[in-house]
Amino acid sequence: MSAPTGITRATLLKDLRLEWRSKDAINSMLFFSLLVVVVFSFSFDPSAEESRQIAGGLIWVAFLFAAVVALNQTWARELRNQVLDAYRVSPAPANSLFIAKTLGNFIFVTVLEALMTPLFIVFYRLRALGPAWQLLLVAVLGTWALVVNGTFFAAMSLRTRSREIMLPLLLFPISIPALLAMVQSTTAILNGEGARFWIVLLVTYDLVFTTVCLLLFETVLNAE
Amino acid sequence: MTETEPVVTVSNLIKQFGRFAALRGVTAEFFGGKLYAILGDNGAGKTTLLRTLAGLNQPSSGEVTILGSSKFHDICQQVGYMAHPSLLYDEMSGMENLDYFARLYGITSSTRGAEVIRAVILSVGLDPDLVRPVGQYSQGMRQRMSLARALLNDPKILLLDEPFSNVDTHSATEMVRLLARTRDQGKTIFIVTHQASLLEHAADEFVWMESGKIVGRTRELKRPASSGETAR
Repeated sequence: MSAPTGITRATLLKDLRLEWRSKDAINSMLFFSLLVVVVFSFSFDPSAEESRQIAGGLIWVAFLFAAVVALNQTWARELRNQVLDAYRVSPAPANSLFIAKTLGNFIFVTVLEALMTPLFIVFYRLRALGPAWQLLLVAVLGTWALVVNGTFFAAMSLRTRSREIMLPLLLFPISIPALLAMVQSTTAILNGEGARFWIVLLVTYDLVFTTVCLLLFETVLNAE
Repeated sequence: MTETEPVVTVSNLIKQFGRFAALRGVTAEFFGGKLYAILGDNGAGKTTLLRTLAGLNQPSSGEVTILGSSKFHDICQQVGYMAHPSLLYDEMSGMENLDYFARLYGITSSTRGAEVIRAVILSVGLDPDLVRPVGQYSQGMRQRMSLARALLNDPKILLLDEPFSNVDTHSATEMVRLLARTRDQGKTIFIVTHQASLLEHAADEFVWMESGKIVGRTRELKRPASSGETAR
């Protein structure tokens, strides 16, 4: 059997190839986020100071909702033609699939963030008063928090009838601590305040939920 | 395992979906190097039996032993499974699909993976250099590529669910010839089908199912007297 890392790599490359050809997830995420930026910028006309107060919440809620689109897509393509069964009958470990899917979603959401963040900066005239590199750290930790749980719960809702609705119902409540830490740390950094506590909370959240998801994923994958 | 020992043993197998029992106490032994055609009307439990053998359905009670093991994960390298849907990614070519699935079985370029994949695609009568995505294949081509995927890991046991559906007569006959050759190499093949006549001369045994039970096993394509109609 291939090493689990080899299977993870093959599955990740396969997912990137499928997304490159179909662009199902990235197009939907981009249009959704773009709408959020434009609609909110027309609805409010905040000053630079007000923008720093609300931008953290706005950005992360937009990315959370947009990420759900990618998370649903990532498993939907495994259901078409029941391809997931081909993985299940193979000797490949379940966690290789989970890690590959999580990394794939991480890449998709990161691409979205990289494309949308400049627009947020322009539309809301954002300028960080604190160390800007910390925003990068928050983005990485926050995105991982969203996608690791999102990938897990999307797999969990795979066999339910209304999985598009089931995913947010499962994901949003469990993401509240992470979302709170992401919003508070972003707001603190933009306003030049300390964000250490919130960043530590995000790291802890990521470690705990990544471990739990890895421990439970095989059961979820083989559930009937 | 000796030649006289069964390669697959099913013992009092029951599979329930909620209150509905799809399998109601199936007990049977199947021997190596044989081609078994599993026949029966819709809802007889054929696909459920095949999916349970493939480890995709967990038995509600009873036991399945394959190649001496009751844990599917221990022997999954020895089993090939083809379902009614293609189990292929529509957006990728046949070669790309098989390259990915080969890696799941440890068949990589360092183990002459590309040659293995080309050979298996050629064996089902398809062109490995066909670059168009599987989604643009005809249904018959998809079925044959799906069979190629199931053969990829050179399995000792092949589980095939409706491999001939939507395949033209000529291609289906070719597939039967390939499966007969595969059987002659010592593999054990289970085929769930409604096109039993295609297997009339190739199958070693016809296993008849009705209402979640095996109601008879015949050497010829003739429905056992205990069950309803005659074979089509």
